[in-house]
Amino acid sequence: MTNLQMPKVDKSILSSKDKITSDLNQILKSENILSHEDEIRPYETDALAAYKQKPLLVVLPETVKQVSEILMYCNENKIKVVPRGAGTGLSGGALPLADCVLLGMGKFNKILEIDYQNKCVVLQPCVTNLAITNAVQDKKFYYAPDPSSQIACSIGGNVAENSGGVHSLKYGATTNNLLGIQVVLMDGTIARFGGKTLDSEGYDLLGLMTGSEGLLGVITEVTVKILKKPEVAKAALIGFSSIEDAGQCVSEIIAKGIIPAGMEIMDKALTKATNDYSKAGYPVDAEAMMIVELDGTETEVSELIKRVEDIAKKNKCSSIKINKSEEERLKFWAGRKAAFPACGDLAPDYMCMDGSIPRGKLAEVLKEIQRLSKKYELPVANAFHAGDGNLHPLIMFNANDPEQLRKTEEFGSEILKYCVKVGGALTGEHGVGIEKRELMCEAFNNTDIKQQIDIKVALDPNSLLNPGKVYPILRKCAEEGRVHVHGGKTKFPDIPRF
Amino acid sequence: MSMEEKQNSQTFQDFSSSVLKPNKEKNIAEIIKHCYKKNIPLEICGSGSKKNIGRNFQSQKTLDLTNYSGIIKYEPEELYIKVKSGTPIKEIKETLEKNNQHLAFEPTDFGPLFEGQTNEGTIGGVLSCNFSGPRRFKVGSARDHILGFKGVNGKGEIIKSGGTVVKNVTGYDLSKVITGSFGTLSVFTEISIKVLPKPDLTKTLVISNPHLKKGLEHLSVALSSSCDPSGAAFYPEFFQDQFTFNDLTTRGSITAIRIEGSKLSIDERIKQLINELDVDKKEISILDPEQSNIFWEKTRSLNVFSNLKDNLLRIIVPGSEAFDLINKLKIYNIKYFIDWGGNLVWLQLDQLNSSILKAIKTIVKNLGGYLTVIKVDESLKASIDIFTIDDVKYKISEKIKKSFDPKRILNPGKMYTGI
Repeated sequence: MTNLQMPKVDKSILSSKDKITSDLNQILKSENILSHEDEIRPYETDALAAYKQKPLLVVLPETVKQVSEILMYCNENKIKVVPRGAGTGLSGGALPLADCVLLGMGKFNKILEIDYQNKCVVLQPCVTNLAITNAVQDKKFYYAPDPSSQIACSIGGNVAENSGGVHSLKYGATTNNLLGIQVVLMDGTIARFGGKTLDSEGYDLLGLMTGSEGLLGVITEVTVKILKKPEVAKAALIGFSSIEDAGQCVSEIIAKGIIPAGMEIMDKALTKATNDYSKAGYPVDAEAMMIVELDGTETEVSELIKRVEDIAKKNKCSSIKINKSEEERLKFWAGRKAAFPACGDLAPDYMCMDGSIPRGKLAEVLKEIQRLSKKYELPVANAFHAGDGNLHPLIMFNANDPEQLRKTEEFGSEILKYCVKVGGALTGEHGVGIEKRELMCEAFNNTDIKQQIDIKVALDPNSLLNPGKVYPILRKCAEEGRVHVHGGKTKFPDIPRF
Repeated sequence: MSMEEKQNSQTFQDFSSSVLKPNKEKNIAEIIKHCYKKNIPLEICGSGSKKNIGRNFQSQKTLDLTNYSGIIKYEPEELYIKVKSGTPIKEIKETLEKNNQHLAFEPTDFGPLFEGQTNEGTIGGVLSCNFSGPRRFKVGSARDHILGFKGVNGKGEIIKSGGTVVKNVTGYDLSKVITGSFGTLSVFTEISIKVLPKPDLTKTLVISNPHLKKGLEHLSVALSSSCDPSGAAFYPEFFQDQFTFNDLTTRGSITAIRIEGSKLSIDERIKQLINELDVDKKEISILDPEQSNIFWEKTRSLNVFSNLKDNLLRIIVPGSEAFDLINKLKIYNIKYFIDWGGNLVWLQLDQLNSSILKAIKTIVKNLGGYLTVIKVDESLKASIDIFTIDDVKYKISEKIKKSFDPKRILNPGKMYTGI
């Protein structure tokens, strides 16, 4: 990945920059077209900051009509378009191309309607995730998916990536909390999928668009459902002297029919780092630490927390602490939510991986990660959304050392391959983007990928919308020797390159 | 070699019969590939419980998946079950029951409506149609519970998407688009589906005698409360005789709100709900767990429409519009009940023709909803649209269809002409 190959730059587009600028000026006010190097620099990367590329131009539309006209124009003139929300994505989904028009959706930042009767909010795509909850919390409602970047990430980006959060097991990811979207396709078509109803007519195109990483359409409006805040939430902070015991405890909680609102595990390295950073009162001697949160009515929560306590004791927990106040509960979480910055204190850089695994495989996978950590001589700390099986190993390295960066990427790839091997997935919530593009061959075969690309081609025949993301580029795959060869046939003989 | 082994080992070359019942995935793929090459339109079906829903269309052969049945893997602690697509829902439910788990979306049972007795169909059929029961507004529909699948597209290629873990964003979420596509995009072969623990207990708060407006208000308050209801339905007075329960002490229309959980928690929440609803004690009854289960089973299986001779529509609108909808439809001779806390209306019409249907569609569309014709006289079926769709979405759907099934051989025209 270090020498990531992107779609071939169209030199004729580069040389027509002035013409394209003046053509787009017919659609947009000139102040909404950025072309000077200093103006476009902020758009050269997203949160996968190891990769940078300045786009040809940045456009900042203000209306759906403008989005449609820009796409129609680019489609007719074969100009690549990369959509961008808040730019907080961790897989490089909004990385520009040298010959692309970067479609910044930042001006779509208004909440359009709060409909308490139908328990939904209609909003523009660049409203932040947290702003939804902020807008409805005085009536004790909230929006459930809570990715860790929720203070900054946009709802449009959440839809494009199908973002999750720590409460996915009980409340689902973005796709389970969406009612409708308005979307503009590459040919300029403006479409609505869903609305304020439960489910929608015909094909579930809302479901198809969600998590399509900006390859199928540009989201211009979103309707999300909001939920009533549970009366009470209580959390238990539990220490274990082995990862196995912690893993067994998770399995048993679920087997006993308890679905916690959140269930997080951190390994010793991360527990110590976060505790040093945020003074959360964590059991720093424990090999694994778990936070289990239960929500509902007072009686229900007290009942369940008692059951969780019993299960934890049965599984040889070394310590257990139930929050006594709301303040204490938030402190438990503050540590977990500071896990990433805490790693920033341990090493100059860290790379956050995002695999999904069956809950029961936690101990096995962590053992393998420890083995790989020794092999690559790079320290690693692990955070695990135990409720939904989403594992985030944080590999610590120094990006100024090219050899370390290369090793980190290899280490990361090996972890993700192992996740797939034990029955999990390459990415739980961060998306494929450019980061895991070449690993798609691990999860899918030629036919699977071809079917997905056929859908892409059906909606964007010239592959102009966010090309180079999600699906492997043939030559790269072959060059790196990552293509599986079956019976002398390479895996992707007929995949269009984009 | 036993007879069964012999059958399993041979390739599926007998295309002469009009109904093909393969029992292996590769045979399913072979059949579809053959039909793709020869341009043979196929009807895809499971046990046929929802066969009558959808448009009539021309097919030369039927691909019957009931022989492709069985549980592949069930991991209660991982909260999923992987099954072959022809597996009966009944078998899945019985398997899950052993670990006190269930399919939380409660698939609608159309058996009573079409056959006068329960027939829950197969998992492949349930997902292909995406009809979910009373718990829908709380837990999502079938499409929210599928984790991954293997299937065969219209070219006879075996494809897969998703997996067995809840969090997975690797590639497009094809499970969603195949679910609810009525077998027009791909044929499911293997399905991994999320399962959840069954609630310890269920009770139902019934408020009698509120007229529709009040009933809908109650449902809305319930859905907005932190009591976390898992069922919210309204039956008008004309259905009162269908529900005779010992615990039901009042007569009249029924507004029913289901509360599930542990015993202490249920009682506490029902008490809280009664306060929030601000209803008179005389108006309320509380169904015990057993009667409660019967009530919601009846709702899930459209029991009030058993052996219905008339027409039945399934209308989905935003909850806030249900009152307006019923008022506007009153000019027709209708019977109805409301589920999903006001979001779903099951509408029985003794008379239906294309102009009435057109008028109803306009009303529903203007209220931001959509409808599906579930049951209609065969003579009318050929001349009406069973599903609604707008032009833009139709054009996009046409392209999606083509990307899966370029020669239109899988259930062609079952949903829309040309798709």
